[in-house]
Amino acid sequence: MKAFLKYREIWLAAAIIVLIGLISTRFPAFADPANLRQVFNDTSILMILALGQMVVILTRSIDLSMASNLCFTGMVVAMLNAAHPAIPIPLLIVIALVVGLVLGAINGLLVWRLNIPSIVVTLGTLTIYRGATFVLSGGAWVNADKMSPEFIGFQRAAFLGIPVLSWIAILVIALFFVVMTRTALGRSIYAIGVNPTASVYAGIDVGRTKFIVFCISGMIGGLSGYLWISRYVIASVEVANGYELNIIAACVIGGISIAGGIGSVGGAVLGALFLGIISNALPVINISPFWQMAISGSAIILAVVLNARGERQQGRIILRKVEA
Amino acid sequence: MTDIPAPRHIPDRLDKPLRSAIFSWEALLVVVAVAIFAINSFASPYFLDPYSLSDLTFNFTEKGLIAFAMALLIISGEIDLSVAAIIALASTMMGMAVQAGAGTPVLVAIGIVVGLGCGAFNGLLVTRLGLPSIVVTIGTMSLFRGIAFIILGDQAYKGYPSSFAFFGQGYVWWVVSFELVLFLIAAVVYWFLLHRTSFGRRVFAIGNNPVAAQFSGVRVGRTKFILFCLTGLVSGIASVLITSRLGSTRPSIAQGYELEVITMVVLGGVSILGGAGSILGVVLAAFIMGLVTFGLGLLNVPGIVMSIFIGLLLIIVIALPIVWRRLRGGR
Repeated sequence: MKAFLKYREIWLAAAIIVLIGLISTRFPAFADPANLRQVFNDTSILMILALGQMVVILTRSIDLSMASNLCFTGMVVAMLNAAHPAIPIPLLIVIALVVGLVLGAINGLLVWRLNIPSIVVTLGTLTIYRGATFVLSGGAWVNADKMSPEFIGFQRAAFLGIPVLSWIAILVIALFFVVMTRTALGRSIYAIGVNPTASVYAGIDVGRTKFIVFCISGMIGGLSGYLWISRYVIASVEVANGYELNIIAACVIGGISIAGGIGSVGGAVLGALFLGIISNALPVINISPFWQMAISGSAIILAVVLNARGERQQGRIILRKVEA
Repeated sequence: MTDIPAPRHIPDRLDKPLRSAIFSWEALLVVVAVAIFAINSFASPYFLDPYSLSDLTFNFTEKGLIAFAMALLIISGEIDLSVAAIIALASTMMGMAVQAGAGTPVLVAIGIVVGLGCGAFNGLLVTRLGLPSIVVTIGTMSLFRGIAFIILGDQAYKGYPSSFAFFGQGYVWWVVSFELVLFLIAAVVYWFLLHRTSFGRRVFAIGNNPVAAQFSGVRVGRTKFILFCLTGLVSGIASVLITSRLGSTRPSIAQGYELEVITMVVLGGVSILGGAGSILGVVLAAFIMGLVTFGLGLLNVPGIVMSIFIGLLLIIVIALPIVWRRLRGGR
């Protein structure tokens, strides 16, 4: 299984290298390390979000509310910053994490305690959280001139030659890697996705674990809220509208099975990078950015066709029902 | 609470309690609809007016048409997130045809055929290659709308013939619009199809247990393929209606409709896990969503705030029977 997973990621990495190669035949400077660092930085937020979505999808659930959470939390920190510029940025990040956590916990509680399918819950909260952003802001925007220089500058500051935003992404990737491969929680998440019934017999509290993954995706949404707003320096109700599907697309391209249980941190990161490279490359090779949507759509379909072949190689599922 | 989850914690199948709640689901929706209607009539003096109420129907007729086909698809255990993108692509194709000088009958045909083609493409990917429909249609959603963006960019198509305007703006009799008549006819047709034909029975059978359905001689793949084609087809029809109503095409047309349609279906009591649901529920849900958006609109509540009510309504209406049963059942 492990060898197989590696196999899939190597293929995706190879596809990305080929893609970069193809782009650099038209625009040689694209493959410059400096430019690639820039692409990584541009894709950081999508990578972080894809990791948050990944843990949810692994448990056979889905979180459609991540982009709305991002929008709401981003508005909260932007308004806080505009009203009280003295609040230090690390504290704002903690606030963003907490706000995101609360929104994620609402999703998680509804899924856990009321057994409402996650797609229904997060379809509802998708509209509620974005609507709440409007109520909170009264429809007003928070522009760059209202944000403090620290708020905007924090993620742009270079540390060892790399922007803080990229470091945050690297940190999150490392954290997810450790949790998914080295902790009981990570194992439980995979177990639930592969066979929820067997997980119950193995002593895993399925409902509680689902609650935890929604808390994780909520925190990730909140963190991304601050990062997004301080990167694009505008907070409005329209922020990241429809972005939830980009996040899922990154996961799907990264080989994470929507049926749960299959996927890895590396896959989610590479899937996000693939989309990031395409959106960065189109302008420099003189293709209208209007092509981006169709290209990523085709990439999703291609990825799911290729991945489906691998997913059939599972063993037989013997435990289907929990005996009371 | 650290007890081991009972079988219904595992969402492979439909929740048992949810299924028994279906019996009273429509009753609950009627209560909600009447309540919202009453609140609306008290809240705004402009509400109880035939012309207002006629305008109200435009809030749900187009989405409702798609919701019927989507309900069948979701009952069969699949989903189609690309419906709004199909609308955009079909509308773009109609716009191209207008530039080439096509008349109204040709435009309608193009809209319907493009919709059908897109639906068949989804159906082939799902049934022939055995791919999960949620992922396939996230992909085709980007692809279909992406093609519309490639063709149109930031431009718009205009200049639809005046006879084309009837579909989205015309009235059959007094304040009864063409769209409303179409919606009501569709409701009866789908009700008959789902609840009174063997095809409908097969849809339920597939949604409840595709393997058992297969062994019972149901052609699972073919039935699902037909449902995807049907969903594409009605999206094409909806595209004709919307394009006619707006009189122009932009690639961002009908953005976000897919989630509203799915909300309508789920609010109507169709189990998102497949195997249960009714057309009456979807009709009521369509009315409720139309009432909420229109009523709040009369009170000058912005659209984005209305969406909070729709979202809350969705979660509360789903959660209510579960909480109620738990309080009574003591679990």
